Amino acid sequence: MRTRDIALFSLQAATASRGRTILTLLAMAIGVSSVILLISLGDSARRYVIDQFASLGTNLLIVIPGRSETTGGPPPLLGETPRDLTLDDAIALTRSTAVRRVAPIIAGSAPVSVKQLEREMIVLGSSADLFEVRRLSMGQGSFLPPGDLDRGGNICVIGSKGKKELFGNRQALGKWLRIGDRRFRVIGVLADTGVSLGEDMGEVVIIPVATAQSLFNKVSLFRIVVEASSEDAIGRAKEAILSIIRARHEGEDDITVITQDAVLATFDKIFRALTMTVGGIAAISLVVAGIMIMNIMLVAISSRRSEIGLLKALGAPQSQILGMFLTESALLSIAGALLGFILAFGAMEVLAGFFPEYSLAIAPWSPFIASGLALGTGIIFGVLPARRASMLEPALALSRR
Amino acid sequence: MIKLEHIDRVFQVGEEEVHALRHVDFSAAEGEYIAIMGPSGSGKSTLLNILGLLDRPDNGTYELDDIMTTSLDDKKQADVRRHKIGFVFQFFHLVPRLTAEQNVELPLVLAGVNKAERRKRVLETLEAFGIGDRIHHRPDQLSGGQRQRVAIARATIMKPTVILADEPTGNLDRASGNDVIKILEELNLQGITLIMVTHDPELGIRAKRRIKMVDGLIEEDTANQSKHS
Repeated sequence: MRTRDIALFSLQAATASRGRTILTLLAMAIGVSSVILLISLGDSARRYVIDQFASLGTNLLIVIPGRSETTGGPPPLLGETPRDLTLDDAIALTRSTAVRRVAPIIAGSAPVSVKQLEREMIVLGSSADLFEVRRLSMGQGSFLPPGDLDRGGNICVIGSKGKKELFGNRQALGKWLRIGDRRFRVIGVLADTGVSLGEDMGEVVIIPVATAQSLFNKVSLFRIVVEASSEDAIGRAKEAILSIIRARHEGEDDITVITQDAVLATFDKIFRALTMTVGGIAAISLVVAGIMIMNIMLVAISSRRSEIGLLKALGAPQSQILGMFLTESALLSIAGALLGFILAFGAMEVLAGFFPEYSLAIAPWSPFIASGLALGTGIIFGVLPARRASMLEPALALSRR
Repeated sequence: MIKLEHIDRVFQVGEEEVHALRHVDFSAAEGEYIAIMGPSGSGKSTLLNILGLLDRPDNGTYELDDIMTTSLDDKKQADVRRHKIGFVFQFFHLVPRLTAEQNVELPLVLAGVNKAERRKRVLETLEAFGIGDRIHHRPDQLSGGQRQRVAIARATIMKPTVILADEPTGNLDRASGNDVIKILEELNLQGITLIMVTHDPELGIRAKRRIKMVDGLIEEDTANQSKHS
């Protein structure tokens, strides 16, 4: 039987029972689109989180005082009497060839005021290297100057939001503000980069680390952020950091080193697992669609029993009859899947319009999985009933009126 | 060209076994015009179904044009149905969603004949049967007589050697019925063997040979009688 004739026969059969065809297409489309959408949403969430992390730079290691049992987990708020991380510790880390940059961080909050306006803001004490390490960019002026870490200065860099709140539309560069009871001159304003991993750099004031030590009256560092010399050097850098600090802390392993990529990898794994789970749930909906299709097909085929008998009487062998019904199922599945694609892509467009910041998109491999499932479902549930009917003797098939 | 030997057919009806055909022997030569008659339940339709390869006997052999059909597999049986047999049903069995032309060309479509060739042959046949103006009508737009003519056109489009008709006029009025019988007889005159099941004695008379069936057996066969007389 010619291909064109088989296709035409299937098309005629589908349009003749319009109600049934529409139901089947709908069931298939809903199943396919939900698989695509759910997998894509899970994948979009994964990419969003990964990208957020990636924006920090994946060659980073974060050194935290205190030992935590698992790396990649949240660092403990209270350590078990760890030694202080000192500025000298931070400087010592630069000795390793696996380390490109080191940025010490002291963190605290303090009232920041300009004339009458006062705001409680997060104050970070750090060094010039923080700029590169955290991939910051300047809106105005310049960042902390490089130089001897032991020497502070009464200079500061403020975030764009902080600048707006304290200075409004007036010029901030070169002006003075107060942190606590000390005066600082603004030498730079950070560019507006939005939220990065929950840390909004817009509301932060950055001062030299030595100044921060005296301001907050504490010597110990909050964190040390280390940038490895390359992605391959991350492992060596971790080893180097651990051994250098161990040597300086009398043989104690009282720090936690978190590598960015370990965190990333964990998140990636978690999100992939979530996406698969969610995709699995969606696949169940596809199976339900398949069962619906089977019901519809059973009804359709039992009502076309005499037609099948007739085809046999006209000389169509069983294989040909099966081929015709297989084509019909396949065409219905493909049409339903295409409809599902349109639904899914359309819905995703709408969602992406409402939530542009999450860069929602269809996961590129999800349509293939969905259509594979759809085709499989349609063929299995559409052909099995046809097979039964095609095995009847024509006289029996024809006798059912 | 037709030889049935020791044909048995048993049906399971609920708890009972119904012997539709008991050890039937039957043969026919090329070009014969045979009427199979008998009361309801005599097995005449079952016999016709077996002749048309629409049903399989439980025992016995069926030789058609030197082919032992009872030992053929599904594909080869389908071939025989396609090329050698044309079946005409009481209830027409046209595909309701297809036009007259599409119904008649169905055997050609199944056989893989191209569209141009199909069109030509179908139009010729439908013209010959007097329904050339109805080719694009669907069955529900045709009268009973027209439907049966479409069915006969379909049954003969592959130029079979035997036409089997099961109560072909059972659903038609007298006038249409006569038209249909005339067409069948004309086909028979062209050399196609015609075997018709009917309960109408007036139709039975027209056949050159009559077979009477009772209870799964051939009770009378005018072929034998003429031999004796």
